Amino acid sequence: MSVAPASPERTPKAATGPKRSVAARARALDPRSYVVYVAFLLILAFFAITLSDDGFLTTNNLLNIVDQTAPITVIAVATVFVLSAGEIDLSIGSVVALSALIAAVVLRDAGLVAGVLAGLATGVAVGLVNGLFVTVFRLPSFLVTLATMGLVAGLARSITDLKSVAVTNFTFTDFFGSGDLGPVSSLILWTIGTVALGHFVYRHRRFGAHVLATGDNAAAARVSGIRVNRTKVAVLVLSATAAALAGLLYAGRLQGANYNLGSSDLLLVISAVVIGGTRLFGGSGSVVGALIGSLIMGVLNNGLILAGLSASEQLIAQGVLLLLAISLTLREPKA
Amino acid sequence: MAAVTPLVQVDGVRKEFGGVVALQGVTLDIDPGEVVALVGDNGAGKSTLIKIIAGVHQPTDGQILLEGEPVRLNTPTDSRQHGIEVVYQDLALADQQPVYMNMFLGRELVRGPLRRMDRDGMAKETQQLLDELDVRVPSPRAIIRDLSGGQRQGVAIARATHWAQRLVLMDEPTAALGVQETGRVEEIILRMRDRGRAILIVSHSLDQVFRLSDRICVLRRGEQVGIKTTSETDGDEIVSMITGLR
Repeated sequence: MSVAPASPERTPKAATGPKRSVAARARALDPRSYVVYVAFLLILAFFAITLSDDGFLTTNNLLNIVDQTAPITVIAVATVFVLSAGEIDLSIGSVVALSALIAAVVLRDAGLVAGVLAGLATGVAVGLVNGLFVTVFRLPSFLVTLATMGLVAGLARSITDLKSVAVTNFTFTDFFGSGDLGPVSSLILWTIGTVALGHFVYRHRRFGAHVLATGDNAAAARVSGIRVNRTKVAVLVLSATAAALAGLLYAGRLQGANYNLGSSDLLLVISAVVIGGTRLFGGSGSVVGALIGSLIMGVLNNGLILAGLSASEQLIAQGVLLLLAISLTLREPKA
Repeated sequence: MAAVTPLVQVDGVRKEFGGVVALQGVTLDIDPGEVVALVGDNGAGKSTLIKIIAGVHQPTDGQILLEGEPVRLNTPTDSRQHGIEVVYQDLALADQQPVYMNMFLGRELVRGPLRRMDRDGMAKETQQLLDELDVRVPSPRAIIRDLSGGQRQGVAIARATHWAQRLVLMDEPTAALGVQETGRVEEIILRMRDRGRAILIVSHSLDQVFRLSDRICVLRRGEQVGIKTTSETDGDEIVSMITGLR
């Protein structure tokens, strides 16, 4: 009946400037955005104390952890984009094996450059197939990539008839995982390179913003002129290509390829990315968080081996950690 | 009276969906700084007309003219490039992104040789615009999810104001809002009008139509029944035109 007075909405004028103070930034920090760093330090500290006699804290062991997680980190960086866009790519583990094998075979028969290109092209092709089915046929990426996961795994088994292929080209193995540049291993350089590039594109290029908008509200993104389908194809090609690169890194480090490469990577990658604070259903995420998530998986793996756990016990530990991470990150704050 | 070319002319627009006539004989001019309300019962063709001007649908017959020039609006992008923006009822905002990213969604500012997004620049421009329209949000960096429904619609309207060089289409902009928030959004709409934008608004609330509009266009069963100057009509006349009980 009476006229509504001007609503007393919150207007903290002092805090509305476009440049926020450090204190304001700290207050606005969502606990879920830094819990991963705290967890990382706690896990490191835990193993440092309990495994102090087992060589956990030696430089060699720590660098070894980074080396071993390099392929996981590379795929995880791309998976941040995929999940942020509201999609998922389950085919990454299979792509690792197929592209490593194809690269190894072509490398043997046609030389270095052709081998590398063939390996990467395998990833691009699988990504395009995934993207085509997701956008043109409007199918959920979960089902599409579940299907291609099986299909690609089958191809990987059949092309060499389950045989491993040795890689004896030392330029290749030096470049992709066995070599060092001064004190730094090539795997560490690949890790730093992909994380830096991924972070830049994710946070500072328009593409990153379009990926986030696509996963957040595809309809809003579309009416805002963002090419949603192109964005979805792009992230799926990105993740399959990253998986192919990871395949090259395995082939370089192990100086050979077999169909079993990457078979446990899917769980590790998804765990790393989700633990790193990327939302499983799109709209927000962190590339640096995914690196930390990947290192957590690596440290855990390494620590549990040093502690004497068997491979099956490690798998159980990884599963438990993923459950824990999901419960922490997927519980949305009340709307 | 001097013959000034209207900003937007809807000229004899007709739309059929597979033989069913959804809209016919709609002819409507809108001037800069004018608010025209589009009223009618459900299924009268209001949303169809909005979607035609927004570039979502193409008219079966008739045309749209902007400043006297016929234009083809085949996609929403075409409409946007002609300076037409839409405020949707269901809030076309990305919930987990900050206010400034929504303001620049799809049109992000970049700078430097690496084409980095200019987040500070976008936040600053957003702040200015929100201040001008008196849209009150805690910060341009606030996440949309944390805002109230009225604040969100304020952001959506501010975005339309920022990008619309000519016309803003609003489809039930306050349908999801409470009384106080509706009042604030209406104030924002009037400030947008004062900046010289033409506004075509669909509303089910006749009170709102009389508060906001300069003229009222009534549709019934896809046909234009008439256009009235708001100050020269009353609710009874409009209701009888909507229902056909004259």
